[in-house]
Amino acid sequence: MIIFFARRFLTSALVVLTSTLIMYAMVAASIDPLEELRGGNMANKEALMERLSQQLRLDDPVIVRYIDWLKGALGCTYGQCDLGEDWKTHETVTHALSGAIVTTLQLVFAATILAIIGGAAVGIISALRQYSGFDYSITFMSFLMYSLPVFWVAVLAKAFLAIDFNDWLRDPGFGPMTIGLVAAGSGIALGAALGGDWMRRARVFGATAVLVAGLMLYLNVTDFFIRPSQGRAVDLLVITVLGIGLAFLVTLLSTGLRNRKALYSALTSVGIGAALYFPMLEFWNSVDASWLIVILLALVALGVGIAVGYGWGGPDWGRSSRTAAFTAFLMAGLLFVDRLGQSWNAYVHNPRVKGRPLATIGSGTPNLEGSFWIQTIDLMTHIALPSVTLVLISFAGYTRYSRASTLEVLNQDYIRTARSKGLTERTVIMRHAFRNAMLPLASVVPVDLITVIGGALLTETVFGWHGMGKMFVDAMSGNLQDPVMGYILVVGIFAVIANFVADLVYAVLDPRIRVNA
Amino acid sequence: MSLPPLIGDGAPGEPPPGSVVGDTLENAIELKEVEGLSQGQIVRRRFFAHRGAISGLVTIFLIMLLAYSSVGFTLGPIDVPGWWQWKPNALTPMLGRGDPTTAGPLPWGSHPFGQDTVGRDVFALVMKGTQTSINVMIVIGVVAATIGMIIGSVAGFFRGNIDQLLMRLTDLIVTFPVLVIGAVLGNMFVRSPVWLLAVCLGLITWPTLARLVRGEFLTLREREFVDAARVSGASTFRIIRKHMLPNAMGVIIVNTTLLMSAAVLLETALSFLGFGINPPNVSLGKMISTYQNAFNTRPWLFWWPGLFIILIALSVNFIGDGLRDAFDPRQKKIPSARKMARAARQQEQVQE
Repeated sequence: MIIFFARRFLTSALVVLTSTLIMYAMVAASIDPLEELRGGNMANKEALMERLSQQLRLDDPVIVRYIDWLKGALGCTYGQCDLGEDWKTHETVTHALSGAIVTTLQLVFAATILAIIGGAAVGIISALRQYSGFDYSITFMSFLMYSLPVFWVAVLAKAFLAIDFNDWLRDPGFGPMTIGLVAAGSGIALGAALGGDWMRRARVFGATAVLVAGLMLYLNVTDFFIRPSQGRAVDLLVITVLGIGLAFLVTLLSTGLRNRKALYSALTSVGIGAALYFPMLEFWNSVDASWLIVILLALVALGVGIAVGYGWGGPDWGRSSRTAAFTAFLMAGLLFVDRLGQSWNAYVHNPRVKGRPLATIGSGTPNLEGSFWIQTIDLMTHIALPSVTLVLISFAGYTRYSRASTLEVLNQDYIRTARSKGLTERTVIMRHAFRNAMLPLASVVPVDLITVIGGALLTETVFGWHGMGKMFVDAMSGNLQDPVMGYILVVGIFAVIANFVADLVYAVLDPRIRVNA
Repeated sequence: MSLPPLIGDGAPGEPPPGSVVGDTLENAIELKEVEGLSQGQIVRRRFFAHRGAISGLVTIFLIMLLAYSSVGFTLGPIDVPGWWQWKPNALTPMLGRGDPTTAGPLPWGSHPFGQDTVGRDVFALVMKGTQTSINVMIVIGVVAATIGMIIGSVAGFFRGNIDQLLMRLTDLIVTFPVLVIGAVLGNMFVRSPVWLLAVCLGLITWPTLARLVRGEFLTLREREFVDAARVSGASTFRIIRKHMLPNAMGVIIVNTTLLMSAAVLLETALSFLGFGINPPNVSLGKMISTYQNAFNTRPWLFWWPGLFIILIALSVNFIGDGLRDAFDPRQKKIPSARKMARAARQQEQVQE
């Protein structure tokens, strides 16, 4: 194992070293720092060019400059990073990168996680309904997404989604036309996804349409989009109802509703969450909220879920624990969203936001003052559009991959065995097919991450995010060698790490693969 | 004996695909359909039966016909004039705000796609941009396919150190997003002709194809017909060219097509960022970036270039999908209920 790690580390270091060398030479050949001076008509043009060449050591061979750059970069290993500076503004690259990396990673991870969850779910359902109308529509949609230029969609999203949504927020509410169309549309989509004979589809359609229409009417009546929080008692009621629904859904997918112990465990964790509603609000008032506390609380929720499952006991308490832990995690998420919702009004009426919450430019409202909750809402309103556009890049890919691998898995002998020994369809799909079908995705994720980082060049440019992508684009057009190399170094290291993690995950998930040196 | 059908699959009474009964029936139909046909004929037949692929093929053909004939093109020393009244970069008298016209000397008016802010005809610009996109797509396709094919087959055939070396080379290239390397290369060739940029982009888009070809070759080289060729004294080059490449052709053709549709998006994205095609050459991506702020006042400047990018990429994608289905022997067309019933009857007769 140690040898494996050492070997991987060595090859990775070699990859980063070689790729940065090649890129350094290419970037040096590609940019022309003297471009502006050459085009200008200053009297002492020659002298200025001479001086800049000396300052940037343009007359030295590329390899010499690379070695010097590398010396500075190697300093990062012992805390003395020197990646050079932007020679126009004299901002050091490390300083520029420190903010940009976080910004871009937020964007890239938000987009990738959304794409994996959505794409895998849609892909699997599409595979289960192979050759149905649903399957064909999904296939067509994924082809369309493959063919959409990201920058074009980004400009569209900026113009339509953001501006129209903000206008709509002034007087929110759904007309009868909208309610009818959305209800019918979601009914048809869910009916097609769940499949079955016409009676079943009609029932699903009816139930979904009524539920969606009711929900939209409720949102209308309560002016949800102006005041998401309806007073705490109502909020608690809504959260409890949603939690119970989630408990049933999670149990249905993980163990089936006939496993009463699991169902009761899930419901218990919803109950605990509801009971903690008021204490939690007090808790947030008394502490200085931060992401660290949020993450810790999420872990606590998982722990409580496991404990609840264990408490209900039974011969197979592990399954109850899993179900309860997942439900508890979702319940904690609901509480978190509720707490955010209570700050929504304060956010929208903040003088810096001016009632137009969905942002089109930048990665945060400048000089926004406020609590952790206000800042979080601000991050979310800013990340929404760029990440949705980025999702477009990879969503189709994940759909196609998970569809193909599910089809492959469903044809395997062990699925036939599982069916023939009388397991329910749910067990066959969720326990035997789903897990194996997700395996190949582990090797797709790093490749896709790199593509999404490339796509971030486009979304960050359109939405004016000050992330790494924009830094790269600006540095390339501004003829700045060092910032470009800073970007290349970070992306190279990131790619190497992503591949390494993917290999490890694959080895953990698939017992057929052995980590050998 | 019949297995439980996949949930929610097919109407009752019909043998579900994937079950044993369904398999034999489908095989019977399929065998009958391909009796006495060569591999190429089977592939061609399946391709032409693929509705999506055919619509893609027709669309791309019509787009090319429109784009090349309307504004004309230059082929080396020959300058082919087009039938459209305006040249792409010519300034035409402004008609009002430059809205798309619906009437005039021709049924669709003198500026069917409108005019830009200085009076250039958007139809002519979009047609020229479409030409650029298609040209770049074809060059990238040819270059990347050639390199990917050579590197993949050499790595897969010889294995060992050569394979290691070539695969590490591909690893190096895929470390960075293709858009990033493309931007560096594009910036290097800003003042060069379009084809040079396209060749450069071809030089960085081959790794996926090379990996797939290598995988294909690794399995092919263990097959008996390769041994047979080697025993009968064929040279390495001949084995690769005559025995292995034809068998890997499916993978190569399909993935080249998919690579070409990605190439359209790559070129337009690079031009959008300003590292691709620059004036006086016209690119659809560059048009969108130039006019993105005019979106609210002159939406036609934005819609048409985007629409043509999508049309090109989508049709090429559909062609690729059709090719994949045609080349994949495991891919089954679901026969209609009537054909299934007929095959079932025939099988019963045989069994009696």
